[in-house]
Amino acid sequence: MYSFDYQKAKSVADAAKVLAKDGDAKLLAGGQSLIAAMKLRLAHPSEVIDLGTIKELSGIKADSKAVAIGAMTRHAEVASSAAVKKAIPALASLAAGIGDRMVRNMGTIGGSLANNDPAADYPAAVLALGATVVTNKRKIAADEFFKGMYETALQKGEIITSVSFPVPKRAAYMKFKNPASRYAIVGVFVADSGTGVRVAVTGAGPSVFRVAAMEKALAAKFAPESVASIAVPEKGLNTDLHAKADYRAHLITVMARRAVEAAMK
Amino acid sequence: MTVKVSLTVNGKPASAEIEERTLLVNFIRDTLRLTGTHVGCDTAQCGACTIHMNGRAVKSCNMLAMQAEGAELVTIEGIAKADGTLHPMQEAFRQHHGLQCGFCTPGMVMSAIDLVKNFPDPSEELIREQLDGNLCRCTGYHNIVKAIKAASQTMRS
Ligand SMILES: Cc1cc2nc3c(=O)[nH]c(=O)nc-3n(C[C@H](O)[C@H](O)[C@H](O)COP(=O)(O)OP(=O)(O)OC[C@H]3O[C@@H](n4cnc5c(N)ncnc54)[C@H](O)[C@@H]3O)c2cc1C
Ligand code: FES
Ligand code: FES
Repeated sequence: MYSFDYQKAKSVADAAKVLAKDGDAKLLAGGQSLIAAMKLRLAHPSEVIDLGTIKELSGIKADSKAVAIGAMTRHAEVASSAAVKKAIPALASLAAGIGDRMVRNMGTIGGSLANNDPAADYPAAVLALGATVVTNKRKIAADEFFKGMYETALQKGEIITSVSFPVPKRAAYMKFKNPASRYAIVGVFVADSGTGVRVAVTGAGPSVFRVAAMEKALAAKFAPESVASIAVPEKGLNTDLHAKADYRAHLITVMARRAVEAAMK
Repeated sequence: MTVKVSLTVNGKPASAEIEERTLLVNFIRDTLRLTGTHVGCDTAQCGACTIHMNGRAVKSCNMLAMQAEGAELVTIEGIAKADGTLHPMQEAFRQHHGLQCGFCTPGMVMSAIDLVKNFPDPSEELIREQLDGNLCRCTGYHNIVKAIKAASQTMRS
């Protein structure tokens, strides 16, 4: 790891000030992705701004309409939150399936979304539920947030403060996971808001994406057979050591069908 | 440059001037000389470096020592009683032959204590599922799972 300056941010405004001054500074949430990247010298910030001590960035607020999760809330807290389990059980179970228990005790929702790993789980929930990413500058709709592999709409100096998820009528997430890392080879989040259905796929492409054909079929009839014969073209999907594009395409349909089944239970 | 880190380790205060980039596991092993916490993979995969920070299991190879500033840490050296009586989890690993070479054991034990804290009466299946952040290169999982199941009973009673 290259050397860097370190400081604990006292507030979001304080962190934003440092970011504005030093273009090579980086925010540190749990470090579960950033520290690994720094050890490999893939990231070499001049300054690390630790968000860990900003109390107002973590916590969960839920009512019958929405669940708001602070950026520094750990995966383990979302997984075990009674409020999340009640309002959006699919979101709690998604969080419970991220990495392993030690990773879940450190990793945060804000870090995961800012990182936008193509195989990360949270992006699927954010996109399928039509959540809003709240930053220190503005509110960003899910459809505008994910821009490509490791790319988001976040601008320099912009800090995620929370994410607000509307409570759906029913939803489920199904992940075909890499048995070693637990990242998604393909993960499909299906959400029925009552006024429409959204289907978001992670792990399969360079960044999370929606499947319009499935959404339309499910809006007409919310049943597993509605998606069972909808094939997603393999063009543009990822091929790597874990799976080829055609296999990922196949998995999307299978995971979507299982997610609909689970959502109906 | 250096920074000062102060925290509590196994009930005792500790502080040191360290480089900002010092990983928590290196602080524990090299600065504090508590070498029971192991480094297996150094890439957050194997769990050999698992310790407790404020009561929760974390991988100390994947975080900065500064992230533990002010925290209460417990390492494998801190779980037995002062008179040497083993923690029920350690005792169960001993009774059930839950270790072979022993390299993964400190991380396994720390992770397992956290597991039982969260799931006081775990089934074998749940133990296997929840232990997925810890790898045993000797592949002695069968007895590790038996040990955790047994310890969960003694820890409840
Ligand atoms: C062994 C292992 C297995 C894993 N398995 C999975 C898995 O199955 N599924 C999955 O989804 N993830 C997985 N992860 C990743 C994990 O979910 C991390 O939580 C996630 O990568 C983000 O890490 P973090 O919250 O610690 O953020 P950090 O690593 O601290 O930060 C990540 C990036 O986000 C930026 N950032 C952090 N917070 C903010 C903020 N509030 N505003 C703006 N930018 C910010 C940082 O500057 C940095 O660039 C795994 C990680 C490990 C080590
Ligand atoms: S050494 Fe930390 S997880 Fe392997
Ligand atoms: S006992 Fe040898 S690595 Fe687990």
